[in-house]
Amino acid sequence: MTERKDDLGLTPSQTIGPFFAYALTPRAYGGVELANEQVATEAVAGERISIRGHVYDGDGVPVGDAMIEIWQADADGRFHAQGNAGFTGFGRAETTAEGGYHFDTIRPGALPGPNGAQQAPHLTVSLFARGVLTRLATRIYFSDETGNETDPVLALVPAERRGTLIAKRGTDGVFRFDIRLQGEGETVFFDM
Amino acid sequence: MSPIYPRDGLNAHPLNASPEYKSTLKRAPSQPLILLPHTLSETSGPVFGHVAVQAGDSDLTRQHEGEPLGERIIVFGRVLDEDGRPVPHTLIEIWQANAAGRYVHVRDQHPAPLDPNFTGAGRVVTDAEGRYRFTTVKPGAYPWRNHHNAWRPAHIHFSLFGPSFLSRVITQMYFPGDPLFPFDPIFQTVTDEKARNRLISRFDLATTEPEWALGYQFDIVLRGRNATPIEEPHDD
Ligand SMILES: [Fe+2]
Repeated sequence: MTERKDDLGLTPSQTIGPFFAYALTPRAYGGVELANEQVATEAVAGERISIRGHVYDGDGVPVGDAMIEIWQADADGRFHAQGNAGFTGFGRAETTAEGGYHFDTIRPGALPGPNGAQQAPHLTVSLFARGVLTRLATRIYFSDETGNETDPVLALVPAERRGTLIAKRGTDGVFRFDIRLQGEGETVFFDM
Repeated sequence: MSPIYPRDGLNAHPLNASPEYKSTLKRAPSQPLILLPHTLSETSGPVFGHVAVQAGDSDLTRQHEGEPLGERIIVFGRVLDEDGRPVPHTLIEIWQANAAGRYVHVRDQHPAPLDPNFTGAGRVVTDAEGRYRFTTVKPGAYPWRNHHNAWRPAHIHFSLFGPSFLSRVITQMYFPGDPLFPFDPIFQTVTDEKARNRLISRFDLATTEPEWALGYQFDIVLRGRNATPIEEPHDD
């Protein structure tokens, strides 16, 4: 018989602070990176895509000390945990002094959603920064995916804010996705 | 058997709109968060085995030629889920100031000395019982510009993944009895006192090693519960 322990309270979140880089994104310090902007190696099957953007605060000032992490399925809509060992699906980037970031990866496939619905291809995103006490979670969808119209998560977002979750493909082929933490054009963040 | 992720424990976390901590003022979202159903994107997460960790990563006192200055400490504990079950083989990353309260980071301007024998970054993977252990030196308190005479209590930053995107958390571990607690707006953003106290490590004499180092225990509880209903023993 399993003995159930008393419920344990969660360890509260605290800000990442301004000084994480030498541990979490230590390239400039000569440290070994757990992950970086290059999410897919050459060997991984799928369409190569690049995502670029900037992070801005409520005054439109670039956020130069944020860490962005992405987590994604592979081209067939499978996650690493399901056995696609060649592809971790995890990327991590520190914003530049100008608030910029980018990821080079493969386009994820569509995947199952709640109640039998299909989710359009997307990346899940965590944003950590000084002044952010609890991780901000959002998603990056892609402007050229027709599945966006029936995506069950986008459907939960008021229509006038949905665009903040959709990366727009430029004439150079690169997807643009800016993150606005507060105010006009504020990115949709999720409560999980 | 896959974990489920109830939401009832989430009020332990600080609100991003915590104005006493000035950096939140222009960075906290002003729109309400959208409630997200838990799909495969959220209930899966990256897996980092021992490949992510190199020998010596868990001993921050042996990363240079000499030994760092400061009070040598052992920081240890268990990573558990909300049912108290161990979270095995999960990656922990830590970073901290040196004993003088100075970070190696290029933007740290605090006029306290750098220590050529201390970087202050470490990694470890929990064992099969969710246990971890670091050797380091106790970080110093350091000033910051939040308000007049603002000082951060001594702390070590912790980053954990756990089994899914939902269990991902970054936090800070504090030391017992720090006189700066009442004056630190970051620590105080955790408004529930019991939750706040879970951020404070516990001095442990049993782990303290004679003539060597003090032991501090810091257990970490990540999101997640057993999806299988557990049979309660019936006494009636
Ligand atoms: Fe700090």
